[in-house]
Amino acid sequence: MSLTQQALPVGSRLPSIAIGRRVRRSGLYGSEHRWAVAFALPYVFIFFAFVLYPIAYGLWMGSDPALYRQLFDDPRYMTAVINTLVYVGVGVNVKMAFAFMLSGFFMRKGWWVKAVLVIFILPWATPALPAYMSIHWFLNGQWGMLNNVLWLLTGIDGPVYLNSHWMGLFANIGAYIWKNLPFWTLILLAGRMSVPQELYEAAAVDGASGLRRLTHVTIPLMANLYVVCVLLDTVFALGDFNATTFVSGGGPAMSTEVLATLGIRYAYTVSLPRLGVAEVMTALPVLIPLIFVLMRKLRMSEGQL
Amino acid sequence: MSVARTRLLAPWRYRANRRLGEAACVLLGLVLIVWSLAPIYNMAVIALSTHEGVFAGAVWPETPTLNSFYVVFTEGFWYLENFWHQFGNSFFVGLMTMFLTLLIGSLASFTVGRMRLRHGALLSNAALMTYVIPASFLAIPFYRIMQIYGLTNHLWAVIAAITTFATPYAIFILSQYGKSIPMELDESARIDGANPLQIYLFIYLPLMAPALVAVGTYALLLAWNEYLYNFLMLSTPQSMTVAVALAQFLNSDESPWNYMMATAIVYALPPIMIYYMFRRNMAAGLTMGGVKG
Repeated sequence: MSLTQQALPVGSRLPSIAIGRRVRRSGLYGSEHRWAVAFALPYVFIFFAFVLYPIAYGLWMGSDPALYRQLFDDPRYMTAVINTLVYVGVGVNVKMAFAFMLSGFFMRKGWWVKAVLVIFILPWATPALPAYMSIHWFLNGQWGMLNNVLWLLTGIDGPVYLNSHWMGLFANIGAYIWKNLPFWTLILLAGRMSVPQELYEAAAVDGASGLRRLTHVTIPLMANLYVVCVLLDTVFALGDFNATTFVSGGGPAMSTEVLATLGIRYAYTVSLPRLGVAEVMTALPVLIPLIFVLMRKLRMSEGQL
Repeated sequence: MSVARTRLLAPWRYRANRRLGEAACVLLGLVLIVWSLAPIYNMAVIALSTHEGVFAGAVWPETPTLNSFYVVFTEGFWYLENFWHQFGNSFFVGLMTMFLTLLIGSLASFTVGRMRLRHGALLSNAALMTYVIPASFLAIPFYRIMQIYGLTNHLWAVIAAITTFATPYAIFILSQYGKSIPMELDESARIDGANPLQIYLFIYLPLMAPALVAVGTYALLLAWNEYLYNFLMLSTPQSMTVAVALAQFLNSDESPWNYMMATAIVYALPPIMIYYMFRRNMAAGLTMGGVKG
């Protein structure tokens, strides 16, 4: 990365390269240029009609300050904010920590590790909706399989998980982790595989133990990928609608709603779409910096994420 | 493996340590299998239960029956009256989204990456921005926009929405992959008198095939699995996709959970099969550069 950043100014100072570039660009005249514009048009259309227009419309819908007063007076909103912070904070970081460790586990050789991997990615291959519905029933206090197994094995009568705020929230987080852990493990596994084997060999020759190879080879080389993954998943977790809707259903008494679900509920259950938009807008102070950092990171790490 | 350790530890301790490590790994593997399969097993057990058996909460149903699947296949329950029609809707949305995402994404990545369109960076930045905006945050204004366009209760509303959110990933991945194809190919074709359309059709697309498979699979699965936009845009039984029909079971308190889980399994099978079929391509797509949950 730093190499290309250093190389770029040098390159542009060289006249021959600069000219070479200009010549290439000037190839886009007449019909060529028209073709290029025509090829870009479908996406430009999509972007204006289905991204910019809704964003502008949303900004307009949520522009009335009275909406925000109404919002901050609603105790459910504050609960949703706290839930969202816990959901994103715990859901993303616990998942990534596990994904990092498991990616190390799946680096092991042997047929049975490969077999475990094939089963392990099943949650990711399964659509969210059926999976979360199943988890909802799985956690049912009376008839759920979890409490049944608990009863059979230990004789303990398990709690009614989805009837409490915190257990409900953590059930949602657990379901979200269950669904997405395989995906991030695969990404980090790919990252680990791209670390050159020679580095480990060199470290081993130098007498580095397993722990030292982890801290001095694996972690420094994977840090950037890890950070990008955490940031990306923060955005995904912030916008996750399905886990909360289908595992706890936002209940009991709307105490496990997060920002992504409460906005929809305002708009479609209570018929206050403007309030729903305003609620989503309150996430912008966090979301916009996040988007900026992510865009920078993704652009920089092109090709080597 | 590690030279240093064998020298430090006595051979028997080294062997004992290794065996302990091996045992810990087997244990971890078992935990992972149980963790991954528990909700899926639960789904299967409920689908195989009788209506009363659902509430017995057995770890394995006393009288396992395929009746629920029979009900789903014959549309024998009032929530399932249009099941096959809705299944077709889901397929239509999936295939259309896949086609449009591939078309628009490959054209955009071609013009930015291969033709070096002026201000092309603007386009890839726009795509990148769309990629990192959570779709659920745009849902309410998007619904309003679709009302303005007059597309609610049309499958095209959902196709438009999911294409919008799938195309940025397509542009991202295709641009990455396109960099591995030498520009000289395009240039020599141009010298031979090929116009950009011909270069796109006969050079770019065939060489991009692996990335196109990855992106196409991604778009298809994204469309099939999407719920929120389907739910908002489609409310009549004729226009619904399976995802919305499935969630309808939750509207009533005394829904037959065995029918619901059977529907869920039938709905989950196509994406799982596609996923395992194209697993290698998908993995290639992931390492090529992009990530999306």
